[in-house]
This record gives sequence, structure tokens and C-alpha cells, in this order.
Amino acid sequence: MTTKIFIPRESTAISLGAHQVAQAFTHYLSQHDLDIKVIRNGSRGLFWLEPMVEIETAQGRMAYGPVAPADVASIMEDISQNILHEKPQCHALALGLTENIAYLKKQTRLTFARAGITDPVSLDDYLALDGFKGLQKSIALSTQEIVTAVVDSGLRGRGGAAFPTGIKWQTVRDATADKKYIVCNADEGDSGTFADKLVMECDPFMLIEGMIIAGLAVGADQGYIYLRSEYPIADAILQQAIEVAGVAGYLGNDVCGSGKSFNLEVRLGAEAYICGEETALLESLEGKRGMVRFKPPLPALEGLFGKPTIVNNVLSLAAIPFIMSEGSHAYQQYGTNRSRGTLPFQLAGNVKQGGLIELPFGSSLKDLIDDFSGGTASNRPIKAIQVGGPLGAYLPSHKLDILLDYEAFSKASAVLGHGGIVVFDDSVDMLEQARFSMEFCVVESCGKCTPCRIGSTRGVEVIDRIKNDERRAENMILLNDLCDTMIDGSLCAMGGMTPIPVRSAFTDFPQDFFLTTQENHHD
Amino acid sequence: MKIEFSSPLSNVENIIDSLKNKEGSLLPILHAIQKEVGYIAPKAIERIATKLKQTPAEIHGVISFYHQFRTTPPGKYQIKICRAEACQARGSRALEAHAKDFLAIDYHQMTSDKKFSLDSVYCLGNCATGPNIRINDELYGRISNQRFDQILSNVDSDLK
Ligand SMILES: Cc1cc2nc3c(=O)[nH]c(=O)nc-3n(C[C@H](O)[C@H](O)[C@H](O)COP(=O)(O)O)c2cc1C
Ligand code: SF4
Ligand code: FES
Repeated sequence: MTTKIFIPRESTAISLGAHQVAQAFTHYLSQHDLDIKVIRNGSRGLFWLEPMVEIETAQGRMAYGPVAPADVASIMEDISQNILHEKPQCHALALGLTENIAYLKKQTRLTFARAGITDPVSLDDYLALDGFKGLQKSIALSTQEIVTAVVDSGLRGRGGAAFPTGIKWQTVRDATADKKYIVCNADEGDSGTFADKLVMECDPFMLIEGMIIAGLAVGADQGYIYLRSEYPIADAILQQAIEVAGVAGYLGNDVCGSGKSFNLEVRLGAEAYICGEETALLESLEGKRGMVRFKPPLPALEGLFGKPTIVNNVLSLAAIPFIMSEGSHAYQQYGTNRSRGTLPFQLAGNVKQGGLIELPFGSSLKDLIDDFSGGTASNRPIKAIQVGGPLGAYLPSHKLDILLDYEAFSKASAVLGHGGIVVFDDSVDMLEQARFSMEFCVVESCGKCTPCRIGSTRGVEVIDRIKNDERRAENMILLNDLCDTMIDGSLCAMGGMTPIPVRSAFTDFPQDFFLTTQENHHD
Repeated sequence: MKIEFSSPLSNVENIIDSLKNKEGSLLPILHAIQKEVGYIAPKAIERIATKLKQTPAEIHGVISFYHQFRTTPPGKYQIKICRAEACQARGSRALEAHAKDFLAIDYHQMTSDKKFSLDSVYCLGNCATGPNIRINDELYGRISNQRFDQILSNVDSDLK
């Protein structure tokens, strides 16, 4: 029987040379008479090991990584001399059975159960691992039964605001209209996040399935995936998967013989962070400038082209197939307090072992860092960790015992958001990070409100004055007041939350603002 | 008056015609034109406006909102450096300085031989293996100054 070698076609692996490695394997195999073929799979999300190459064996897949083209000949020798004769791996890059890699073993992969195992655009692979089971079950249910299952799962929006997904769906279901839409927010603008990208590149059918179920639940027949243009590989894979799903009858005018129709299209953003905000996203989809809308009306009632619209993050929609196939309880049993299920955390920045870490809510940030990071890449001590993207707080190293749960983070004036965790070592200058937060707001503000548009520009100037020791004490007071003005006078979280990282920087790292601890008492 | 369209502009016409009946067609049209021509020229803006029954000012307003759309030609190789936090934590501030120095241009500029243009981008979704750059549609991870120089010197053979 033909043995399979797996080499990811996921973008991080490609950015580190996966295509060249795949070429080297293909070339080697063309020169040798071996019954082996190369499959381009997704990634397991163990990024420090990419490109990670796996080979199928009777015990499971065995991995090597990180592999360079120059390693291919010796890996192939190991494979033909050892693995194919059921002898143990013997190679400097040998990682053993993939499933036994501690980083993977310690996770609870519900959403990422298939990532890296399947060829992302193979429908057979998807079906073999429970694919479209949730859809089949949903087709047999009433629309209210689907919505109730989502409510009961406790799922909250994974895009940042953590709004209960079931309640949003109920609102759209109960609205009467001639047209409704399902919009997937795949703008994933937060630095330090890549879970949406991994879903789209490694298991796109899961997202498609989640969107079809959403369509059935609320009576919508058109879906859009608003994808950031920074993700060309995700775009290509999604297009292929949509094509395959259409040909197989999962999309189109008669979804799986249900008589219901659902069509799906990918639309690209154009490098504008604010278009991740749901109303700006809808404006952009309508072909306009991405200006944030006043709420109400809620998008659930008057969304895309004024029609009732579900806007959900990729991870929210990607959780739906599991919930519908395994039941609300199977999902809801994980997690803590009001944060139910799992969150795919994304460990990034200055760490040895960055990657995708799906865990139930409720462990501590410290445990996550200790269990997975392998320390900083620079071998220097951790100084700060920014969680929840560019609008999230910088946590100092003595505050890492915080629990990974939405409410625990809110209570600490921090943000769990989309689950991005960015580690900085002690060489970081927190004044520069605060300045960057303000500068980012200058660049990305939609411009609708003065406190956000002008306030952020003033913020950069004030921080520069503090840096240059121009009336430092007065300017610190000014910076703090400016933060209040932005919080109170901004329409959306862009202006309203930029003060969070800024304040955390001067509150928890006063020395970087040339403050003694006594001077720093602005609460 | 009859205008003779040069070939890029007749491509533009075809692009607009093939997309204009989509819901919210403007962004798909702008993307398709920029992909084909490299930028969205004033003449193209006029054509879009006419065909979508909007004013050129409205089209321009949309173009100027989005960082990606440009109204002037880019370099043959468009380099984008990630400036966001996770890349900063892995040394992107030093890489930015090196790149500007190496190319002797600043952001939003182009080398005099029109080979490279340099822009910033906020997160390429490759945050565990930064610093990161994108050249045209290719993504490159773990960019040391040395690897940056190397990629640029091989760019003609690697990016065909
Ligand atoms: C400035 C800003 C940027 C945002 N960016 C994103 C994003 O990139 N992706 C996302 O899913 N949600 C983003 N959101 C949240 C969305 O507005 C919205 O809450 C979300 O798409 C709803 O889906 P969910 O309930 O499934 O999370 C952003 C919000 C703000 C204020
Ligand atoms: S806070 Fe900023 S981004 Fe949000 S609506 Fe106001 S100006 Fe636009
Ligand atoms: S922060 Fe640079 S790729 Fe995400």
C-alpha cells in the first residue's frame, strides 16, 4: 500500500520553506523507487517545528521538524531504513509519534480536532472525521431547535466582545424579512492572533458547515466570508473548498436535498483594522468606506444592505459543527463560570514554542506560559505579556496568575478578546509600546469621532513629551485625562479601548515613564 | 468624443463589467483592477464611477480609506514589513530600520530603479515566527537582517 508523507500547505509553514521542502521530497521520490506519495496537509499549529513533516505508520504518524530541504535525503534514508521496517526513528529531527508531542497532548482540541491531520480541501478526509455530521443533524431539526442548541452550548462570540452567540441567532431568526445574511468576520486584525487563519487554511469545510447551519437556523440563503487580504493562502484554500462543497451539493439551491438554499462567497478586505468592527465590516461589504455605524439598529435586525444579519467570528462559526454533532452539553461541559467550552489560544511573540493552544477556559495564564512557551526565544526574562490584541492590556510578570476567563480579565481591566498572547522580554520599552498603541489608533481610526481621531494624535505627542522630559509630571496628568476622554467619547472600542494598553503600560511599568511608584497614582 | 483606450484601460472596462452586478461590487472591482494593473489610475476611477453611477469623488473616498489601494504604480516587488506587536517582540523595529537603510527609502516610497516599494502592514498572521515580511503575495517568516538581504538578492529568481 502507498505510504503517505504529509507536508503542510499552511501559511506559516510555507513562510518557513514548506514548498521547498515538498519539492525536495517530490524530487527525491522521483529518483527512487519507493511507494510513497506526498500529501499537502494543514498544520498542527506547532510553529517552532514547521515545516513539520509526518509519515504514516501502523502506530500513527511520526514527525520530523523543523525540516529544511537539505534534510530531506537523510530523512528519506531514515524512513526507508527504519520506519518502513517498523524500526524506531533515528534522526536528529525525529519527534516521535505526533500525537505524543507534549504540546499537542496537553490540549483539548474540539475546534482544531482535524487541523493538520487532513488535506484541507479533501472532502473525503473531512467526512471520514465527522465532517458534515452537525449539518446532517441540523437538517432534521426545526430552526428553533438549532438556535436552542447554540444557546445551551454557552458559546460566546470569539471575535472579542464575547456576546452570547445563541441570543444573536435568536434575534435574527425571529426577525421577519425577505432576505437575511450570514457574515463571517475573518478580518482577524489583532496582532498575535492566527486561529481564524488556521481554521480557514487547515479545516475550511468546518467553517463552511458552521455557516450553512447558521443559514438554516435563521432562514438566510446568502453567506459572505469577509477575509482580510493579508491572508492570500487562506483565500485560495477557501475558494477551493467552496468549489468542492458546491459540487458535492452542500452549497447551492438544495443543500443536501433539504430544499433550502445557501450560497457562499469570499470577499476581501483591504488592510483596514477597523473593518473588523462588525458595522464597519458591513459598510465595507456594501462597497463603502469602513465607517463604524451607530447602534441601534443592531446588525441582527438591520445589517448588511439593511437586512437581518448574523455577524460572527470564524471561531464562533467553527465551533457550531461540534456543538450540533456532539450536543450542547459536550461543549458546555468544558470551561468555567460563564466562559464555556474551549478557546484556541495563540501564543506568539518572544517565545521558543509559539503556536495554537486550544484549552478549556479557566486555567491560568501563568500555567499556559509555563506549560507551552518553552521560555523566551531570547532567553531573557519575561517583562510583559499583551493579551487580546492591540486593544488589550500589557500584563506585568507578577500578574500572570490571572485566570483565562472573560470575566476574570474584565475585572482586571484587561481583555481576553480573540485569545492572542504576545510575550515580550525585558528589552521592551513600555513607553514605546504605549506610543505605538496611540499611533496604531491614529493610523486605523475610521475618523468618525474626535476623541479617537484627534485624541490619539495628541496621545502620541504627549508621550513624546514625556519621553523627552518636557514637563513630565504635567504631561502624565494630561495623558491620563486624554485616556478618560477617549473612553468616554468614542463610539466604538477602537478609540474606547486604546487607553487600556496605554494605561496598563504606565500603571504597571512606571519606571519606563520615568515615574517613581509614588508619582503613579492616577486611579 | 471617442476615446481610444490603451490595453490596461480596456482590461479595466472588462473587469468592471464582469463584476458590477455583484452586491456591493466596489471592493471586488478595486481589488481586481489593482491585481491586474498594480494600482488604480485616475482614468480607471472615472470609468468605475460612470459604470457604478457614482461620482469619482465617492470612488476616491473609498480608495483612500483602505491602506491597500493605491493610485500610483508600485515597485515591481512590493515589500511589506509587519509593524505590529508580536513582530516587535521579535525584533521588527530593528528590521524596519535595516530595510529602510538597505533600500535607502522610507515607507510609502519606491527605489529609483522602480524595483522595490516599501510599506508597512499591521500583522500578517504569522505572529509566532516573526519578524515577518510579505513580498507581493509571498510571506516570509523569521526575517533576520541577513535573511532580508538574501531574499532581496534572490528575488528575481524566486518570485517569477
Ligand atoms: C476595532 C475593532 C476591531 C475588531 N476586529 C475584529 C476582528 O478582526 N475579527 C472579529 O471577529 N471581530 C472583531 N471585532 C469584533 C466585532 O465587532 C464583532 O463583535 C464580532 O465580529 C462578532 O462576532 P462574534 O460574536 O462571533 O465574536 C472588532 C471590534 C472592534 C471594535
Ligand atoms: S472610536 Fe474611532 S474607530 Fe470607533 S467609530 Fe469612533 S472614530 Fe471610528
Ligand atoms: S504581528 Fe507580525 S505577523 Fe502578526
